[in-house]
Amino acid sequence: MSTGNALRSSSALVTVSVLAVLVALPFVLTEFWTTNILVRAMVYGIVALSLTFLAYYGGLLSLAQMVVAGVAGYTIAVSVPGAIPENSLQIPYSLAIPLAVVLATVSGLLIGAIAVRTREIYLLMITLAIAVSFYFFVQANVEYLNGYEGIRNVLGPDIFGVPLRTPYVFYFVALATSFALYALVLYVSGSQFGLVLQGIRDNPRRLSALGYNVAHHRIAAFGVAGFIAGIGGVLITIYNIGISPGTVSTHSTISILIMSVIGGLGHPIGAFIGAVIFTIIDTFAADLYDRDRFNTLIGVVFLAIVVASPDGVTGLAKRAGDLLRGLRLIAPGAVAADPTLQANVPSKD
Amino acid sequence: MTLEMFATVALNGLTVAALYFIVAIGFSLIFGLMRTVNMAHGTLFLVGAYAGVAVFYPLYDQGFSYAWIVALAAGIAGAAVFGVLLQVTLLGWMQGQELRQTLVTIGISIIAADQLLAIFGGNSQQFFPPDALFGSVSVPLVQTGHYSTFRLFQIAVAAAVGVGLWLILHKTKLGIIVRAGVDDRAMLSACGVNVALVSVLVFAIGAALAGLAGVVGGTAQPFGQEKDVQFLLTSLVVVIVGGMGSLPGTALGALLVGMAEQFGQSLFPTYSVMFTLLLMVIVLAIRPQGLLGKRLT
Repeated sequence: MSTGNALRSSSALVTVSVLAVLVALPFVLTEFWTTNILVRAMVYGIVALSLTFLAYYGGLLSLAQMVVAGVAGYTIAVSVPGAIPENSLQIPYSLAIPLAVVLATVSGLLIGAIAVRTREIYLLMITLAIAVSFYFFVQANVEYLNGYEGIRNVLGPDIFGVPLRTPYVFYFVALATSFALYALVLYVSGSQFGLVLQGIRDNPRRLSALGYNVAHHRIAAFGVAGFIAGIGGVLITIYNIGISPGTVSTHSTISILIMSVIGGLGHPIGAFIGAVIFTIIDTFAADLYDRDRFNTLIGVVFLAIVVASPDGVTGLAKRAGDLLRGLRLIAPGAVAADPTLQANVPSKD
Repeated sequence: MTLEMFATVALNGLTVAALYFIVAIGFSLIFGLMRTVNMAHGTLFLVGAYAGVAVFYPLYDQGFSYAWIVALAAGIAGAAVFGVLLQVTLLGWMQGQELRQTLVTIGISIIAADQLLAIFGGNSQQFFPPDALFGSVSVPLVQTGHYSTFRLFQIAVAAAVGVGLWLILHKTKLGIIVRAGVDDRAMLSACGVNVALVSVLVFAIGAALAGLAGVVGGTAQPFGQEKDVQFLLTSLVVVIVGGMGSLPGTALGALLVGMAEQFGQSLFPTYSVMFTLLLMVIVLAIRPQGLLGKRLT
């Protein structure tokens, strides 16, 4: 955390140049790359970002972020005009999207309130249980959510008279949203709330003794993550032109975790890096190994990352950068000292 | 709900609970000693079941009457070997890094599930029980007056597992070591016990029980590729409700989850799964450490 001003301005420079490249990309790449790789990576990356936020700043590894995204997705799917099967609400997108994000935030808070009742490593199990239950719930509900088939034809709003799903438009909306949420995560992490949250991650007992309400801060973190995941859920639903139980299946839940971990839980940008890597592997698995064995491929990549570099690709890059600059060699205990991994180790007192 | 219906559903709940107990107790033991959240526990169930399938059908087709017994042994051995390999090659050396271990087991379960799908295909499979356990026996009170013999046998297996584990934990040196390790792993190691070796042994027992459940559960009901997630989830909920690392807690948790599921299915068929979740939420709200779990420090 002791970054100097020089480092901060250089990282701002990196951010600006990466952003400039991302703005230019759709004019260079084919539409396939823009839509099927980058937009997809961004909309799922937003949900991964919400997980990285919880995991890194709160030490809370939640598997229920896709549930929150699903709440938002189903909210717009059951309320907007044009969706099939037709709904009785017929709320315009300008109202349905804020409503979806609010409901996602509320469900994030609710999941947080359930999950923080117990210790960190249990959290993973409880959120997984919530995720699987939610999947079975949406699959069983035929009356409103149309069961196994889900809801189709959620086309999204028009932006200044142009349909959102126009390739360029969707790309820039996804990019602007991703960047705004990324900036939000960085802002929150530097705010007083974010600092208290990181303090709780490192030593809940000490922060509790200082008079901070540990549970309330954790629940609030789930609320922030719910807000982020909810926006991701809205975009995912419009990207897929609908939502079905498959969107919130265990497979999707684990995919989000894989994105965050491959990218690295040590920095919010890892979520998007992981999402791009995941999407590329997903798209080209047929060429790389075997059309039907995508899961083996992504599983091996995931396992290799966890075994070799638990802080993911961003961690690898960071250590490689440090090595190049000759600042310090990797200390043998560097991995064990990583706060993302230590967060769940019971303190030695 | 008539009395007959009630008795049938209760018996269904009991037989399902028996299976859940066998799966979840291994998960609970592994967590209790090693603090490893084994997200591949459902995978061990599937590995056991498919190891059984691999030997069962060739033998059964030849009319070999001991096919089921051989399948049971293969299932137990297959899962145990898989579990030992997992502990020795990956989990053992990252002891203490709980999150990393959890992620490793998730990675393993993704790969294993995909490879099992590649080898055994997506069709659901089922074992045929040996003649002695085939068919039904007359049971008073239940609907039609008859009940599946094998599902009653399932209860007996769970009871045997429970009693056997209780005896191991309370009457043998290994049990003393394991219980000491649950309480204070570092101190146990300081006493000169090879904790790493004990960990491998406990992992083998836990995995073997998952494999046993794979063949037994695969005989009572058809099983398919999706069962790994289902039994992982069940194990999670059972130990959260009952209390981690506790034998009576796991038994109680399994009973409550089995009953909640079966009564939920008969009363509100569409949303039965929500009952299990509701049970977990209520327990967490009242006793976060589980009904019979030790108080969290």
